[in-house]
Amino acid sequence: MKKARKVGFEVLAVCFTIVAFWVPFYFIFVNSGKDAREASSLNISWPSATHFWENMKAVIEVRDHMLIRAFFNSIVLTLVSIAILIVLAAMAAYVLQRRRDRFTPLMNFLILAGLIIPPAIVPTIWVMDGIGLFKTMLGLILIEVALSFPFAVLLYKGFMAAIPREVDEAAVIDGSNGFRLFFSIILPLLQPVTATVVVVSAVTIFNDFTNPLYFLPGSKNVTVQLTLYNFQSQFATQYNLLFMNILLITIPPLILFLLFNKRIVAGMTAGSVKG
Amino acid sequence: MNKIFRRTYSYYFLLPAAIIYFIIFILPTLMSFFFSFTRWDLTNWEFIGFDNFITFFNEQSLSIGFKNTVIYAVVTCGLKVVSGLLLGVLLTSNLRTKDYLRSVIFFPTLVSTIAVGIVFSVMMHPSQGIINMALDFIGIQGPDWLGNTHLALFSVAFVDVWKGVGFATVIYIAGILSIPSEYYEALQIDGGSAWHKFWNIIVPLSRPATNSVIILAFIGGLRSFDLIWAMTKGGPGFTTDVIASIIYKQYQGGFYGLATAGNVILFLVVTALVFPLYTYLNRKEVDL
Repeated sequence: MKKARKVGFEVLAVCFTIVAFWVPFYFIFVNSGKDAREASSLNISWPSATHFWENMKAVIEVRDHMLIRAFFNSIVLTLVSIAILIVLAAMAAYVLQRRRDRFTPLMNFLILAGLIIPPAIVPTIWVMDGIGLFKTMLGLILIEVALSFPFAVLLYKGFMAAIPREVDEAAVIDGSNGFRLFFSIILPLLQPVTATVVVVSAVTIFNDFTNPLYFLPGSKNVTVQLTLYNFQSQFATQYNLLFMNILLITIPPLILFLLFNKRIVAGMTAGSVKG
Repeated sequence: MNKIFRRTYSYYFLLPAAIIYFIIFILPTLMSFFFSFTRWDLTNWEFIGFDNFITFFNEQSLSIGFKNTVIYAVVTCGLKVVSGLLLGVLLTSNLRTKDYLRSVIFFPTLVSTIAVGIVFSVMMHPSQGIINMALDFIGIQGPDWLGNTHLALFSVAFVDVWKGVGFATVIYIAGILSIPSEYYEALQIDGGSAWHKFWNIIVPLSRPATNSVIILAFIGGLRSFDLIWAMTKGGPGFTTDVIASIIYKQYQGGFYGLATAGNVILFLVVTALVFPLYTYLNRKEVDL
């Protein structure tokens, strides 16, 4: 009896997830395969004639292949930001975790503040404009680095604490300077947490909407999230293309999720518990 | 030794990060306090005292954002704590489908917020949307989720919870799994019920997880912009405008001083609410 109740409960839970979580994704999927007229009725019936391939081609060709440019920009943005972020955050965490002097509390405070305080938008534009980086990809990359920095440092610091100081001492006695110690010993040891930082920031930066909206306007520099925003008004009557666009830009996070599910979850929880 | 120490962990390692972080994050934050007192077009500024702040609080279309921001943060945060805790308990029990359930509930966290917002605003369409069609099927007349001025903010908050509950759940799972099994054994010897297990063991001992969820969800709620922008653009009227969306609107309108004042207000709201909350939660944790 108790067992039957448990099975019943599980069936109920699975049914609930189907309604609450599968339906929205199924909705995206079926509507991305309909023609414009059928999609405008906004229901979840299977398309009477499938148009997946045509819709995909149409979305890609819109506005002079804007989506391809957007994917290229987003991938460049994500990869370069992560590369810079990893080196800078690991180096910063290396110093901040190993050193204890009168400056470290202040620096830890400033990093913690970065997790809490919302960035000041217009003054940032003013600063970026002043150094000639407003509306440039490099500028946006630096913004993503700066805003992801606090989270990455906290993760690295947590992991650094578990690397015994004896490792450092042995290297110093063998004649390594700080530079060699960091790049040839510490950084390789940080590899597991680096993987975590990579996947978590890849998802965050790829999905970022607000920063590209403010700091990299213009259709030449468009990123994938902004294509949705740009297409939303344009596709007011063409929901099939809008949903195809959503489907296409959901694929990269989906792949990351399928490959690194455990690592993403571990990284996000570790970061949050310390933050 | 001290000299070697200082050379090995030289501040030069920190320098590149510090420069970028200072120029791009700290400097603009400091400058925002100055520019919020000006009328400003990025090149020329004119000092106008508290005018921007006075405008912000006197104009109904702006001051509503202040109220909405707090309501939105409290509602999303509260719902995420409750549902995250319940799902966390559920997913740490010995269900056969728990890996599946965990993945499904977590996945929306990784989907683009804008995409989620667009999909839900279509599903919430008052006459054609599938949510109201489903309600109609069981004989309920569904409301105009995003068009009703009293309901729209809560509809958006609901979607926020849908997207963010997976994150709250995984934090709770980590917290609940770290509770030592001795507590459960003691309860079993004393003959406690499932309710006792939940209320007297899991709730108090997953306190650190609760604190993290509260702080993170609350900060996220106060800063929220993407989802609101994708779903309602602050409408109908100004009824779902939050401080972050007002900043964007003022920025688009070219009112840079006013937008910056909005940023300063958001800064003050966040620090005034989050720091006391943080200290309060941590003090309770020590009491335990």
